[in-house]
Amino acid sequence: MPKELLAPLPGVFYRKPAPDKPAYKSEGDIVAIGDVVGLIEVMKSFVEVHADASGKIVRFVVGDEEPIMAGQPVLEIE
Amino acid sequence: MPISRLLIANRGEIAVRIQRAARELGIKTIQVYSAADADSLAVRMADEAVNIGPFQAAKSYLNIEAVLAAAKATGADAIHPGYGFLSENPVFADAVEAAGLIFVGPKGETIRTMGDKAAARGAAYSAGVPVVPGSEGRVADLDEARKLAEKIGFPLMIKASAGGGGRGIRIAETAEALGAALDQAAAEAKAAFGDGGLYLEKFIGNARHIEVQILGDGVNAIHCYERECSLQRRRQKVWEEAPASVLSRDVREALCASAVALAKSVGYRGAGTLEYLYDEASRSFYFIEMNTRIQVEHPVTEMITGIDLVREMISIASGEPLRYLQSDVRLSGHAIEVRINAEDGSHDFRPSPGKVTALQVPGGMGTRFDTLLYAGYTVSPFYDSLLGKLIVWDTSREMALRRLGRALGELKVDGIITTAPLHQRLVEAPEIRAGAFHTRWLEQWLVTNMKPQDAMMEQSR
Repeated sequence: MPKELLAPLPGVFYRKPAPDKPAYKSEGDIVAIGDVVGLIEVMKSFVEVHADASGKIVRFVVGDEEPIMAGQPVLEIE
Repeated sequence: MPISRLLIANRGEIAVRIQRAARELGIKTIQVYSAADADSLAVRMADEAVNIGPFQAAKSYLNIEAVLAAAKATGADAIHPGYGFLSENPVFADAVEAAGLIFVGPKGETIRTMGDKAAARGAAYSAGVPVVPGSEGRVADLDEARKLAEKIGFPLMIKASAGGGGRGIRIAETAEALGAALDQAAAEAKAAFGDGGLYLEKFIGNARHIEVQILGDGVNAIHCYERECSLQRRRQKVWEEAPASVLSRDVREALCASAVALAKSVGYRGAGTLEYLYDEASRSFYFIEMNTRIQVEHPVTEMITGIDLVREMISIASGEPLRYLQSDVRLSGHAIEVRINAEDGSHDFRPSPGKVTALQVPGGMGTRFDTLLYAGYTVSPFYDSLLGKLIVWDTSREMALRRLGRALGELKVDGIITTAPLHQRLVEAPEIRAGAFHTRWLEQWLVTNMKPQDAMMEQSR
């Protein structure tokens, strides 16, 4: 069963550190606990989203620049 | 031309504030909103409301076409832009007038001139207003910069002409460091603002931020005294007062007179603010920039003068001459405003959006709470963290501080974390009680008194 990484805060999810930079992680990448997988913009501040499990990113549940609620899945790791 | 239907192109507490002024003038209010703000207090209070787009500001509150289409569809005859969003966008101001509507603010041309920091410095210089010693306008090249730097002295600041928000600023400590600092500042300014133009200013340490409120009708202008806004975190004001207790009567009169001179020289129309740095040691003030809109902290000025600034903006926009002579504007007592933000001061100001389960609002004499909150409202994560402003007035600064402490004790916002506890701590701080602070004081105080427990990533996108 893949494990879901849940959003710590509501806001807008970004997969890239800046619009002209590559994404932090892609589907299929191997991540370790603590790796940055994206940013959530909340009230004009940017908060890093860290992997809370190690393994392979199966899929991103939320798209780049899409709104997300706290507790909603960001991605799945297996 | 009298205004009968006012569209408010903003959100949050300032939209509510503008609606109140409009309603008292018998003007119908039309509130535009993004899909994320359908349940906002501003939408609930308005006579009419129009959804102008999705949650992204670029597709709603910053979308000129959508705002103008809403104005046309609802038969609005004027638009108030509030602060932020489109309020200092000259293209918007021009587009509103081109559509045959009234823009509640200055002419687009004025916004354009005063929005360019180097041009604003030039206008101030021409009007005889002291500016921070530096270049008169943009510097052409390194040679000119070197010559000027010798005259100004080091350290000096290199600033982006099109700048704002602290970006494009470099400090050169020595003549040797000047060349590299200029290159870096130009590159940063070009990347951030698409304009690499720079100007130079003497660096003034431990300065205060003092600003003067003005009102103009395009011909005449008056001041409504000054505000002391030195308490800032990351260049964002946190606590504001009026008047600035540090000023002597003579310096206050000279400062305010200089603001009026500049406002008159540009034929200013509407409410505006001239920002100054104040050097306590030399009792010198220096103009730094002008904001051509109503400001967040306008209520402290309203409290000490009794003038409703938003009402006057609307009156001026409808073509009326100023309704006050300078001699009608009387300074009385002392006012303090604290910004109540959805942030956790004990966790590095981490944002705290969410549902407000219960709300207890302070009241009583000399106490005002301008807010976007109501019990049951869910604070959106998509916009800035300002929930409201607690403003108190009393006969003296000492009594205003006591009243502020009392009012903060009454404020209860359940369900989310706010900056109210920070302000409770500040009310008790000896430096605050003594009025002894400058623009970098708060950040230093926070390090020792509100230890950050986890790091928030700071980044500009």
